[in-house]
Amino acid sequence: MLSQDREVYYGLRDVKWNRRPWQGVGMVATYLVLAAGAVIFLLPFFWMVGTSLKEQQEVYTFPPTFIPKAWRWQNFPDGWTHENTMFPQWTANTLWITAGAMAGILLTSSLCAYGFARLTFPGRDFWFMVVLASIMLPGPVTLIPLFVGYQRIGWLNTFKPLIIPAWFGGGAFNIFLLRQFFKGIPIELEEAAIVDGASRFRIWWQIFLPLSKPALATIAVFTFQATWNDFYGPLIFLSTREKYTLAIGINNFKGLYNTEVPLMMAMSFLMVIPMLIVFFFAQKLMIRGVVLSGIKG
Amino acid sequence: MAAETRSASRAEPLGLRARWMRMDKRHRETIQGYLFIMPVVLGLLIFTIGPMIASFYFSFTKFPILQKPEWIGLQNYIKMLTEEKYFWQAVKVTVTYAVTAVPLGIIGSFLLAMLLDQRLKGIAFFRTCFYMPTIVPALASAVLWGWLLNPDYGLVNAILFKLGLPTSRFLSDPKSALASLVMMSLWGIGGGMVIYLAGLQGIPQTLYEAGKIDGASGLKLFRHITIPLMTPTIFFNLVMGLIGAFQYFTGAFVLTAGGPLFATYFYNLMLYERAFKWVQMGMASAMAWFLLVAVLIMTLLVFRSSSAWVYYETEVK
Repeated sequence: MLSQDREVYYGLRDVKWNRRPWQGVGMVATYLVLAAGAVIFLLPFFWMVGTSLKEQQEVYTFPPTFIPKAWRWQNFPDGWTHENTMFPQWTANTLWITAGAMAGILLTSSLCAYGFARLTFPGRDFWFMVVLASIMLPGPVTLIPLFVGYQRIGWLNTFKPLIIPAWFGGGAFNIFLLRQFFKGIPIELEEAAIVDGASRFRIWWQIFLPLSKPALATIAVFTFQATWNDFYGPLIFLSTREKYTLAIGINNFKGLYNTEVPLMMAMSFLMVIPMLIVFFFAQKLMIRGVVLSGIKG
Repeated sequence: MAAETRSASRAEPLGLRARWMRMDKRHRETIQGYLFIMPVVLGLLIFTIGPMIASFYFSFTKFPILQKPEWIGLQNYIKMLTEEKYFWQAVKVTVTYAVTAVPLGIIGSFLLAMLLDQRLKGIAFFRTCFYMPTIVPALASAVLWGWLLNPDYGLVNAILFKLGLPTSRFLSDPKSALASLVMMSLWGIGGGMVIYLAGLQGIPQTLYEAGKIDGASGLKLFRHITIPLMTPTIFFNLVMGLIGAFQYFTGAFVLTAGGPLFATYFYNLMLYERAFKWVQMGMASAMAWFLLVAVLIMTLLVFRSSSAWVYYETEVK
């Protein structure tokens, strides 16, 4: 459906309008439904922020208050430095893993995508099919041998299982997306470079990468989101507290201090904040990633 | 002798380069091509295909990670299908979740997209509202919903109570726990919404105009233009949604740990416990392969059905 992915730039704000709105009663009804829906969808956010600012006792009242009686900002530093937690360390770990995986994904997925998009060789289509098929493979099928393998070579409880695999192709979806993008770059540019004696590697590095900034940015944002949010991987491969990521740390915190709800909410909200920031600055990129991943496989 | 090696080593790079230049273009491109796709080929071999073969082998063994795997034939599979107390319960929970959360999610996000695909003032704001929940990390979302659905102090029950509606124990009642997780998943339909929104906007306006000239009403246009042109997108999201639902994990792990009374004992949760709590790597591998086969069969069935309902663009651009 999206043959010219390069032109496609669906944001929430800039869209081509296809349908004319319903008029009169229909329009009022539409607004009512939308407003009700928006309230329902946003309520949990306000509840999260509200709870994160409440006093401990205020949480246990019925009916619950929505806006805190006293705004207790102290919950944030209290949670951050809570005994038995290492939030500064966990944040650093998460950032480190995210950066490591992102570098690998950007570099290797664009290399592979160039090979698939612009070179002709026997076996290319076969390997591309294998890459696409791997999207559908359930993770648990490879999980146990990987775990055993990592255990044997001493990678458990290190960040290696969360970073190194990203340096091997960077995921089928990213390769697919970049390949589509590369296919749209005019062949004449490449031919001119070849005549000038540029190697394929240089063409990739000096022509394709600079021209693909929008696609690379989409992948970067998407990867940041996926790695930051990952729960399953760190849960399985990391085991000691100082190695945790934020997701695992907060879950652990939740298990240990189930009663300190405001602190728990404050820390969960803290994990959401970077996503909110990315969302406000790179909304279009984020949404384009979702759209492209959902329309074609 | 020494002089010979020196000259040979000096000649070698030249020779290679000369040979490279003399090589015919096709061979050169083959080598270049494989160099470029090397990362993913190696990645697939090391992190996908190799482990797949290994886990297939493990599934026929008894393998408490620290010792060597010991061949026991089909015993894991037989035990899993006949003796495992909660195996079929896990299958039931997972399938129930998949056949409710996935269709509800698709219908919900599609209707939402239809509603938002209009030229109305402030529509961008509404789109942002509906999309926002999808950026919340799964863990944070689980923690948040755990508290929203708290039977005694949660917001949802407070609202139900205020409206005079019956309250619920949600995640702490075996009867409503799974439904609560389905409800939680619907908070994230904004992701599907933007996909369908993009699809809707990709439908050429001319088709609608042609339809109108032929005297088709709004509902007819929807039925004969919108829906058929959206089926490939719906199809793709159905397949990926089902595969994802079969592997559902985080919400159940964080909020219910499979309970109460195994009401949310998802397949992937069972597999996780088997592998990492009980360290039965052989049995866990058998479970993983059963999952793979189930996913394959399901995907095949959906693909088979697709010829009946998915519209494939051939000439229409």
